[in-house]
Amino acid sequence: MIFIITNDIVSNKEREDGRKLDEIRPLKIEAGILKRADGSAYLEVGGNKILAAVYGPRESYIRRLLRPDTGVIRCRYNMAPFSVDDRKRPGPDRRSIEISKITAEAIRPSLLLERFPRSMVDIFIEIIEAEGGTRCAGITAASVALADAGIPMKDMVVGCAAGKVDGEIVLDLSEKEDKEGQADVPVAIMPRTGEITLLQSDGNLTEDEFDKALCLAIEGCKQISEVQKEALKNRYEA
Amino acid sequence: MNIIPEITRQSITNLINNNERADGRAVDEYRDIVIETNLVSKAEGSARVKLGNTQIIVGAKPQIGEPFPDTPNVGVLMTNSEMLPIADPKFEPGPPSESSVELARVVDRCVRESEMVDLEKLCIEEGKKVWMIFIDLHIIDYDGNLFDAAMFAVMAALMNTKLPIAEYKNDEIIIDEDATMDLPLKDKATMSTFVKIGDKMILDPSLDEESILDARLSIGITESGNICAMQKGGDGPLSKEDILSAVKTTYSKKDELLKYLK
Repeated sequence: MIFIITNDIVSNKEREDGRKLDEIRPLKIEAGILKRADGSAYLEVGGNKILAAVYGPRESYIRRLLRPDTGVIRCRYNMAPFSVDDRKRPGPDRRSIEISKITAEAIRPSLLLERFPRSMVDIFIEIIEAEGGTRCAGITAASVALADAGIPMKDMVVGCAAGKVDGEIVLDLSEKEDKEGQADVPVAIMPRTGEITLLQSDGNLTEDEFDKALCLAIEGCKQISEVQKEALKNRYEA
Repeated sequence: MNIIPEITRQSITNLINNNERADGRAVDEYRDIVIETNLVSKAEGSARVKLGNTQIIVGAKPQIGEPFPDTPNVGVLMTNSEMLPIADPKFEPGPPSESSVELARVVDRCVRESEMVDLEKLCIEEGKKVWMIFIDLHIIDYDGNLFDAAMFAVMAALMNTKLPIAEYKNDEIIIDEDATMDLPLKDKATMSTFVKIGDKMILDPSLDEESILDARLSIGITESGNICAMQKGGDGPLSKEDILSAVKTTYSKKDELLKYLK
């Protein structure tokens, strides 16, 4: 369970699912759940169920990606056909291609891949069940998997979205809020430095509202970051 | 395929020749089986199966569609498998590989030929609308013997699949999402997979054992005791005795396996 850090960004109103405006959904992260992968993580937030796995660094067998001075990352975000209400056709669509790209870009700054020239790190994010905010949750899970794989990194990237629902700025939108809401702002940060590695915005926001949403999303990221660290500790302390 | 050092190959083979295995199992012993159902609430039926370290998630989703013209009064079953790149360093994203297609087709055959699903009850209006059940296999951790794990997962998912009640009135489908019915099942099936290493048939091969197999044989069997599917794989031959002994073991293991599907 996540405890709420109350701050004065938002009012005390309740949301449809009973959460406060700045409250994230119940969150659970487990590291190292797959045997074959070099690193893996399982994440549940609200109704989302997400698996992330990492292979590498391994020699880049794709010639055009090979870089003589550094390693590279590849990311694949994939939804299970049964993860959504109407069966999704298997395979990549335009949405998952875009998410794959921005996820790789969100994570890349945290990794010290210069130490692995000519190599490649593969990140796979599998959405087993989707309930709003999968891209951020995918990034969060992927970072835990990367850490579990022992890949040198400056920080564990963490993602969280904020948005606008019924005119209020809220944290960590559920599927319903995402559908009915007016805006969605997914954000990922490196919590140690606060640098932002992912930012999108979909919907209508005023300048003030955007500012509020961004601050709120960063607060959410920081909370989730603690759960990420716990997950790693649980994996390696036992 | 996995590259196995010659020394591992020899040690596995030597063990098996002495009726022993690297993980201490008997030659006709399964690894631990764990089945968990209804883990994906957006899927009408779902299951996760762990067979040793092999893990598969299966989701079943019904959709309303048109029946095939030659079978206007029966529903449709479709099985699809994705060997996700998270499951093995050699699995690549992209169109399904040969082995992925084989897996889906063998499981599909086992479900279909066992006639476990009462397809006639999936008919909503003859010649117009039927339920189509999509079974999607998600391979998430590959440590050998996907066939048996997949069949377990599919069976467990189908046994927990709920269909909305659909009615056909005046050229329209009325779906009652609240009133659901169980997917009509008439039988159950399990699968047992053997690999031939040296001159022995080994049940439930691990990844290392699969990597050095001469031949593979998967046998699907129904609760009622019929062999409903069979598939040989691998480059080597099997003798008639090999096959008959595998069939015998499959029959003797049936009840043990069905216990997991209560």
